[in-house]
Amino acid sequence: MMKPIHRSSWCLPYVVFMAIFVVLPLILIGFYAFSDGNGHFTLANFTKFFQDKDSLATFALSIEVAIENTAICLLLGYPVAWILTNKKLNKSAVTIILFILPMWVNALMRTLATAELFTMFGITLGKGTLLYGMVYDYLPFMIYPIYNTLQKIDPSYAEAAEDLGATPWRVFWKVTVPLSKPGIMSGIMMVFMPTVSTFAISEFLTNNKIKLFGTIIQEKIYASMWNYGAALAFIMLIIIGITTLLTNNDSDNQVEGGLI
Amino acid sequence: MKKFFAQAYVWLLLLLLYAPLIFIAIFSFTQSKVMGNWAGFTFDVYKNFFTGNFQGSSALYAALLNTLLIAVVSALVATIMGTLAAISFYNLRGRKKNVLMFVNNIPMINPDIITGVSLFLLFVFLGISKGYLTVILAHISFCTPYVVLSVMPRLTQMNPNIYWAAMDLGATPGQALRKVLIPQLFPGMLSGFILAFTMSLDDFAVTFFTQGTIGLETLSTYIYNDARKNGLTLELRPLMTLIFAFVLIVLLVINLRSAKQARNNKK
Repeated sequence: MMKPIHRSSWCLPYVVFMAIFVVLPLILIGFYAFSDGNGHFTLANFTKFFQDKDSLATFALSIEVAIENTAICLLLGYPVAWILTNKKLNKSAVTIILFILPMWVNALMRTLATAELFTMFGITLGKGTLLYGMVYDYLPFMIYPIYNTLQKIDPSYAEAAEDLGATPWRVFWKVTVPLSKPGIMSGIMMVFMPTVSTFAISEFLTNNKIKLFGTIIQEKIYASMWNYGAALAFIMLIIIGITTLLTNNDSDNQVEGGLI
Repeated sequence: MKKFFAQAYVWLLLLLLYAPLIFIAIFSFTQSKVMGNWAGFTFDVYKNFFTGNFQGSSALYAALLNTLLIAVVSALVATIMGTLAAISFYNLRGRKKNVLMFVNNIPMINPDIITGVSLFLLFVFLGISKGYLTVILAHISFCTPYVVLSVMPRLTQMNPNIYWAAMDLGATPGQALRKVLIPQLFPGMLSGFILAFTMSLDDFAVTFFTQGTIGLETLSTYIYNDARKNGLTLELRPLMTLIFAFVLIVLLVINLRSAKQARNNKK
């Protein structure tokens, strides 16, 4: 007979900590976003954003860059994950580590090094270098989750499809890709969310020419425009909520579909 | 043929991924401010880096020390609080558990900038002046979830009866925790600590929003402020090369060893 260890008091410090340092701060974003300098309710912070052409343009650009980055990472990363899990094409277990390893070097340093490299080869810093740097920074986040799900797929599914006469191309699209959908979804989330919210990286990679939404939030907060900054952060939270719902829903359906 | 293309593709991407690191490493062995200008092989840049013979050396040293100090303290607190929380979360059931685990996952899903801004507003709201305390509290808040998630799987593998056996034999809950639970959970706690430590080392955004104006800098914020003025300065090249070499050696040794162990186990 297994009796669980009832020590609910042991989590008390962490529960109190989370209430103060995780839940309350998020509530405060909402509170500051919907109030003016005196704490009175207002929607002015949001109307200000929707009337500010520069902020809106930056917002649109950030979403665009994030989508492009996610798409490129998926296109480049999926084949890598597939090759690395394919026993016929790759036997070494260390190769995947080589893809993750650069992540342990400080991200700002790596970004600066990339920018230096562009300067060295005489490439003008701009949107192209921004995208390159983003892909460079986030590609491992796409490869790793896909690699993990591909590794767990039972090879007998693909073999069964082959036995039933499917071409390798068809097996890939009809069996492997659908089964790896949870990995693709978490890869998309892990690349899209940090890209849409990034700051500092875009300034380094474009020599301050291109600003992204994260930089605007940071500038507003540092200019003591807390309410406006909080409103912008609130908008970002909504984007993140939507992304989470979209990616989660799909992977849930996938699991259910797999069971049927 | 197919294998050749597959390998070529993988190695080409790896080459692109490593190119910046390799170039920085190469140009850390020459005294040239501009990358691409080779001014003869020398160890001078390394010598200057270690002897502090460059402009702003004390600021960089202080930043390095702060980074390590903050990472050690945050990871330690996170490991203790997270392990205790994991033990009691694991044995909770139903809605209570779902809610607590959901809140635990928030800092991991939230982008850094949201965590940073939200904590910034918290400290403004509570009127706490920003400095070491706020940075460490902030780091604990995004480090602890990783400890909780690292310890949980060990609890699944553990037989709870050994804990009750200790209690039956007269141990107090504290003694049972120290003598029975912690030794059992140690591998999970260790990997949680390492994860928390690296998360803290690598953080930029959260530190940036909670560091205040007392001149507290970590490596990330130092680089951010320094780079805006001077780009990747000469002194940062040996530092980056050393970090890269260290990570490369540690990870390769760990992975080659575990690969070897796995092969031995198969036999």
